[in-house]
Amino acid sequence: MAAALSRIDPPSTPGLLALADGTLFRGRALAAEGRTCGEVVFNTAMTGYQEVVTDPSYHQQIVTLTAAHVGVVGVNPDDEEGRGPQVAGLVVRDAPRMFASWRGREDLGAYLRRAGVVAVADIDTRRLTHLLRERGAMAGCIAAGEAARDEAACVAAARAFPGLQGAALAEAVSVPEPAGWAAGSVRWLDGHVLEGRSEKTGLEGQVRGDMSPGAAGHVVAFDFGVKRNILRLLVDRGLRVTVVPAATTAAQALALRPDGIFLSNGPGDPEPLQAQQAAIRELVGSGLPVFGICLGHQLLCLALGARTFKMKFGHHGANHPVRELATGRVLITSQNHGFAADPATLPAELRVTHVSLFDGSLQGVELAGRPVFSFQGHPEASPGPRELAGLFDRFAREVVAGRAARGK
Amino acid sequence: MPKRTDLKSILILGAGPIVIGQACEFDYSGVQACKALRAEGYRVVLVNSNPATIMTDPETADAVYIEPVEWETVTRILERERPDALLPTMGGQTALNCALDLFRHGVLQRLGVELIGAKVEAIEKAEDRELFSKAMRSIGLEMPQAVFCRSVPEALAAAETVGFPAIVRPSFTLGGTGGGIGHDADELAAIAARGIEASPIGQILVEQSVLGWKEFEMEVVRDRADNCVIVCAIENLDPMGVHTGDSITVAPALTLTDKEYQRMREASFAVIREIGVETGGSNVQFAIDPRTGRMVVIEMNPRVSRSSALASKATGFPIAKVAARLAVGYTLDELGNEITRVTPASFEPAIDYVVVKCPRFAFEKFKGAQTRLGTQMKSVGEVMAIGRTFQEALQKALRGLEIGAAGLERRGPGWTSRG
Repeated sequence: MAAALSRIDPPSTPGLLALADGTLFRGRALAAEGRTCGEVVFNTAMTGYQEVVTDPSYHQQIVTLTAAHVGVVGVNPDDEEGRGPQVAGLVVRDAPRMFASWRGREDLGAYLRRAGVVAVADIDTRRLTHLLRERGAMAGCIAAGEAARDEAACVAAARAFPGLQGAALAEAVSVPEPAGWAAGSVRWLDGHVLEGRSEKTGLEGQVRGDMSPGAAGHVVAFDFGVKRNILRLLVDRGLRVTVVPAATTAAQALALRPDGIFLSNGPGDPEPLQAQQAAIRELVGSGLPVFGICLGHQLLCLALGARTFKMKFGHHGANHPVRELATGRVLITSQNHGFAADPATLPAELRVTHVSLFDGSLQGVELAGRPVFSFQGHPEASPGPRELAGLFDRFAREVVAGRAARGK
Repeated sequence: MPKRTDLKSILILGAGPIVIGQACEFDYSGVQACKALRAEGYRVVLVNSNPATIMTDPETADAVYIEPVEWETVTRILERERPDALLPTMGGQTALNCALDLFRHGVLQRLGVELIGAKVEAIEKAEDRELFSKAMRSIGLEMPQAVFCRSVPEALAAAETVGFPAIVRPSFTLGGTGGGIGHDADELAAIAARGIEASPIGQILVEQSVLGWKEFEMEVVRDRADNCVIVCAIENLDPMGVHTGDSITVAPALTLTDKEYQRMREASFAVIREIGVETGGSNVQFAIDPRTGRMVVIEMNPRVSRSSALASKATGFPIAKVAARLAVGYTLDELGNEITRVTPASFEPAIDYVVVKCPRFAFEKFKGAQTRLGTQMKSVGEVMAIGRTFQEALQKALRGLEIGAAGLERRGPGWTSRG
């Protein structure tokens, strides 16, 4: 029996995850060899590993996926949320040796290896997840190949990782210069659009096929590490999108003559991003519609006077119930954040619109009487449920209404 | 929304005798529902003809009738017990059919008994293939090409449209009874004749074959505030063409990209809304062409099903219990999550393990039975196993079948089950 198995299994390269508290997880190298450090977090989504590993919000994070098998459907060009893999490392329980999907083009391991990302399989991710839940997100070092043999050095490297508290990372993952984005959602053979829509409830977004590209107005999207599906959903709604660097000032943004401002998701701590907060304050003052997601939401809250804090292990998953206060409805959402705005510090004019039913944390706000709102989770989903895609519709409506009011 | 106080007494229909295609999974659901409703303070009256079930234990319900689940008998029980409501979604197709009969004969109207869990229109829309296919078209979902037939010549004519092999599905039968796959005209004629005979309304569907396509089931729960969640996505190891009851099935679904999964999730919600199941659980089945990703809806059960029992055990989300409480007016966010105990039931279980269900066959006990698997269910039982990987769960399930196998093993020709 053992002989038969060894014929299938090539000799594996050692892999290691060392936590700052000295805990070691030994496994098998899945992708590149070498060593990287980051904050270790877990994500409980059961589908969409490619979207997770390519999400720029995971910059400097080693992501543990709790799903039992990762890599079953391979990777494909349409499911990238950033320019290739963005995670500092990937930890999985089981990575199958073959992928099977009509959409798959490449093996996950090969894809990560090409990008130089270290990944480790055959790890007891349940034990690791329990540990992170108990002790909180922790610094770690992921290693593969020769680097994995020196366990003491890996623990030392993990301890030397400064952590994400106070880390300003948005500029590191942002575009270098303003750039247009024209791609909408991908259409499949059967004409299905990769986006939610339901006339029944009006909850999900509707593709505005009647709108010629860019006709709804011009949106300047601040790239703090923006996920591509956000840009696709903006384009689907007839918006012309210009993606601008994280360091763009309000004056520079306004010089592009936008009809709306979008504040993207992104990695790291929002608190040290002082210049961005100042820019946002000014842009809110300009009267333009403003829509923020995740880090963009936190920055909007900070800009208007609220405080943010680092969560114990954050929210990373695709099954988080959120209550929409205006309707009382419960929406299942995609989440990925390690920092949050403290609802107790919100200024009076910033109203709470959404609350997490997992822990009561703040999920959405709007500025009273103004076309300014933001959401902590991920209405663009990808991965996850698309039940909040209506927020993109709301933004598009505000942009169109704002243009009409200005006589444009 | 609080629970309804205008209801005092509720009658629950069981699934009747155990037959292939309808077995103890409905006992599991029925018991959960009885317990949940009694805990809410309702008087529960139970009708089931099978005394070997747990649900007919005297302590499960306030009154237990071991009587046939047929409308004439149930009418007499309704007249005697005068319940305020009837919950027909816990007893499989037998209970749904009985509820429809009670409605068609005007019994529910005459006695003022309200159907809860699923309305007559929803049951009819889901079970009548003609209405169902029209409903699916109206929400933009595809189904395999199909033609309704009431005679053998009609079936043969239909095969010219849908091609061979053609699938025969009789309307309103249990576990696909009377159905089959016609590979040529002769075979089709024989199966069609049998199917028309088996259908209580003498109707069959001759359907385009999606043999070999990937098969999925989504377990959906909806409350009266229109909150919807997917409890579990189940993937069949055996592709389309093998009845789900005879398939090795896997939870969670493992071979979908997120885009495909979300499309199926949204389609499931669209189906439950369009069919009009206002509260409770439903099961929606899909097939996906593995070469192109084309997705078609196969069917929908507006009730607790074989798969919901599996989904409940696989995820810890007690579908029948939740469905019973939703039927009396609660919303998902008012019910506690039995797994975490601190969050509401309005969430979707995320699991880090794999569940495999393996069918158990007993062909040695049915001399002369065709052992080839098809669209008519032939297994007599099943085993469920949990593992951290699919491989582990599959091996455990195979060993659990108690056929003398330690797991996947090579068997010589002529090997038979140890039984």
